[in-house]
Amino acid sequence: MSNIWKLFTAMAALIKRDLSLVLRRKNDSLATLFFFAVVASLFPLGVGPEPKLLQQIASGMLWIAALLAAMLSLNRLFADDYQDGTLDLLLLSTIPLPLAVLAKMIAHWLSSGLLLSFAAVLLALQFNLSGESVWILFLSLLLGTPIFSLVGAIGAALTLGTRGGGVLLSLLVLPLLIPVLIFGAGAVDAYQAGMPVAGHFYLLGALFVLSLFFAPLAAALSLRIAIE
Amino acid sequence: MSTTSSANHLEQSLQLENLTCTRGGKVLFSGLTQSIAPGQLLHIVGKNGSGKSSLLRILCGLLSPTSGQVKWTGQVIRANPENFNAQLIYLGHSPALKGDLTAAENLFSAALCRQDTLSIKEVEVALAHGGLLPLANKKVRTLSQGQKQRIALAQLQLKPRKQFWLLDEPFNALDSDASYALQQSIQQHLQLGGIVALSSHQEIEIDQPSAKVRIEL
Repeated sequence: MSNIWKLFTAMAALIKRDLSLVLRRKNDSLATLFFFAVVASLFPLGVGPEPKLLQQIASGMLWIAALLAAMLSLNRLFADDYQDGTLDLLLLSTIPLPLAVLAKMIAHWLSSGLLLSFAAVLLALQFNLSGESVWILFLSLLLGTPIFSLVGAIGAALTLGTRGGGVLLSLLVLPLLIPVLIFGAGAVDAYQAGMPVAGHFYLLGALFVLSLFFAPLAAALSLRIAIE
Repeated sequence: MSTTSSANHLEQSLQLENLTCTRGGKVLFSGLTQSIAPGQLLHIVGKNGSGKSSLLRILCGLLSPTSGQVKWTGQVIRANPENFNAQLIYLGHSPALKGDLTAAENLFSAALCRQDTLSIKEVEVALAHGGLLPLANKKVRTLSQGQKQRIALAQLQLKPRKQFWLLDEPFNALDSDASYALQQSIQQHLQLGGIVALSSHQEIEIDQPSAKVRIEL
């Protein structure tokens, strides 16, 4: 029992360290948020300022924008550590690698997905979404964005040390995240169409639990391969 | 108490069994067999690109050998990595420091990966040993290469002492004082029954030449 507790405190300390690094380089997180806001603001300019239409596409659009914004910071997840050599420390850690990787994933979500979910609420107002729709959008993002970090980390580990890793990462990861996008954006659409949304949330939850279990294992394995 | 700990040390030997490493289609070394007992220094020498770093990475399990295996206390290191890692300090050819963290924070973060809990006092003692106390609260990004290397080496002074030191070109970028101090701490570590494996172009002078095992790649 005390061993498990020790592991938890070590993971918490890892998360804290990563977050303090994020705070010292706020630019990365700010760039993610800014990108999200800009993409979301470009849509009305592209498709025209039709309030009805914008209200209809808002949820899907915000989901896509959040997905792309999350991709932006993903390729840095392990690349920085790889470059300065601290990734070796993580691989030679006494914390089992999947758990250490999970800690990094959590830190990544806290510094990107969580912020994006809150920013989405503000941006949703811009599209005249009703109060309840905004809630559903927020909750679906809160459940969906961790999957971006979890699955994205596998891609980040696989593309570590490759040239143009960022593009390759998106090509690898985006197709895997299609189900998340479908059920996430679908939840708001279903609500707006007056249909029950529980099913969407159950499926999102299932995807979350599935990736929570497998992604750290897969990412840890990919890291070991990438580092050789 | 001291007898049990020395008995433990006796078992904690490192065995290289028939190691072969191939990188990029080129065989770097093959059939490398060696046993290193507590108190012994493994000095790896060789030209640039001869596979010194690869061998060190194989010894800590970051790289898997093309064939052969590395054993620690009779057990293949990859079989129980957490147990092996708990007794290991590996300093690679880059100092493995976060530029945005201070020197002290970097030591905390390195100890964190080994799940050692440190007090601020202990970190200060380790830094003071290398004369680095004035740099404790400076961001590593602003320091020189030699200073970074010395901060990385300050990990060796942290408690609890690790049995197995694995140092890749530790004398790089060090001035003569720091380099002398490092030789001293290697010497001391060997006397305490530790094992050191390092690659270096310079000769390492230790009191008992018989404790030195040399591998030429």
